[in-house]
Amino acid sequence: MTINELQDNIIEEFSMFDDWMDKYSLLIDLGNSLEPLDEQHKKPQNIIEGCQSRVWLNAEMKDGLIMYSGESDAVLVKGIVSLLIQVLTAHTPDEIINTNLYFIEKIGLREHLSPTRSNGLLAMIKQMKLYALAFKAKNGPTTSKGE
Amino acid sequence: MDKQELIDIRADFPILSEKIYNKDLIYFDNGATTQKPRCVVEKIEQGYYHYNANIHRGVHFLSQKATEAHEAARTTVAEFLHTTKREEIIFTRGTTEAINLVATSFGEAFCKEGDEIIVSVMEHHSNIVPWQMLCERKGLKLRVIPMNEHGELDIKAYCELFNNRTRIVSIAHVSNVLGTVNPVAEIIRLAHEQNIPVLVDGAQAVPHIPVNVVELDADFYVFSGHKIYGPTGIGVLYGKEKWLNQIPPYQGGGEMISSVTFEKTIYNELPFKFEAGTPDYIGSTALAEALRYVQNIGLDIIAAHEHELLTYCTQRLMEIEGMRIIGTAKEKSAVISFLVRSIHPYDIGMLLDKLGIAVRTGHHCAQPLIDSLGIPGTVRASFAFYNTKEEIDVFITALKRVVIMLS
Repeated sequence: MTINELQDNIIEEFSMFDDWMDKYSLLIDLGNSLEPLDEQHKKPQNIIEGCQSRVWLNAEMKDGLIMYSGESDAVLVKGIVSLLIQVLTAHTPDEIINTNLYFIEKIGLREHLSPTRSNGLLAMIKQMKLYALAFKAKNGPTTSKGE
Repeated sequence: MDKQELIDIRADFPILSEKIYNKDLIYFDNGATTQKPRCVVEKIEQGYYHYNANIHRGVHFLSQKATEAHEAARTTVAEFLHTTKREEIIFTRGTTEAINLVATSFGEAFCKEGDEIIVSVMEHHSNIVPWQMLCERKGLKLRVIPMNEHGELDIKAYCELFNNRTRIVSIAHVSNVLGTVNPVAEIIRLAHEQNIPVLVDGAQAVPHIPVNVVELDADFYVFSGHKIYGPTGIGVLYGKEKWLNQIPPYQGGGEMISSVTFEKTIYNELPFKFEAGTPDYIGSTALAEALRYVQNIGLDIIAAHEHELLTYCTQRLMEIEGMRIIGTAKEKSAVISFLVRSIHPYDIGMLLDKLGIAVRTGHHCAQPLIDSLGIPGTVRASFAFYNTKEEIDVFITALKRVVIMLS
């Protein structure tokens, strides 16, 4: 699936709920079921400090695709980390660099990305793209899947 | 405060009838900033519409009127802090600027390499960083008063921090995280025994308890307007005349001079020496209005009502399994920090927000304190006199619901 197809799936899943409670319950479930990050990846270099919560992010290259893993100490943030990983993992650097992440706003969680929320998410998205740029620079130009 | 009085008071604060996500706003973030009564906002409007002119400069009618209003505000602040010397009141942008002023100017006049400054473990960043910057500039050392498990300062340890290199003590009157009311009178007395001056950060104290700087014998006392129902961007530095005369100006510019030539500038007298540039005369007059508003209700009545809220909320919070209240000092102001089980404060704050309840979460600009407690932060409910027991009931119901969702 392309990144946009994955985003659209999430939007559809969240659109089933009118009530914010259900939406947040789903987010909490996603957060709780996110696979814990390997202890070896919980190193200082992988921490993205927010003012309120912290996020750990790890990225590896496998067969030309970037595999992300991550975690946070706050479960709501973890829920969003889980969604970001779902959407961006197993894509090429180029796909990730060029993607427009519209699903967070569409599912009504934009407030978590406001710089004043200081939860590290905005910095995490930036870091995910930076990883993609770094892998691209290291491995030379890649082509998108399906091209 | 009876029910009708409370209803009347709440009617003075238009924002309290706002709806948040279609729910009644419950504002429990008064430690961060307080809401403004109508009279304060009207005072700002009145200033700009009727007596806006640069002060101390013009010979014209409006300038005279604005000058009088600004200086009358200084008198109101002096009376509020119970000093008879109005020139000991300096208007600043807030607590932060006031502390920076003292750290810079006192540091310039009295501190040299190897000297020491005493602060406490429970200080807000604004009472740590300005001193740290001075330490870096001049090679000074910061000494820190520890506290016990209730969040009370260890006075014995404090006494042991003094030596012949100690230059100043800078301490919060009330902790913004723990709510602890520190024994500042005793802290000042002990410092004065060693001939050391004390700055008191009163940002979290003046909205809640009567303060008499002369009785306290404080050398410097600072607070922010916006935390006591006044506007943002205005604050106060009280300083004893003898200190203010001995320390150099903080900023240079207009107003703070008596004469300027390219060879030599003679500084103006107090308080103008420390008010470079056009001061916030609209803010100062609105702050004075806020202080009058608070005094009309009565700080004793405010303290009693807030104490009732504190006791009631503490007791109701304990109904929740896994509740841990951070800060259990005997003398406590209307601030409750807490954690529930191992739930992250951010999660609780976000979900309470969705229920219309504004609390603060995180480290509350007191990272060293939060680190010393070994916690990721806290959820903090902080009250003002316009809060009610009914609001606490709604808050507790909401919190129970949120805890279930997050467990």
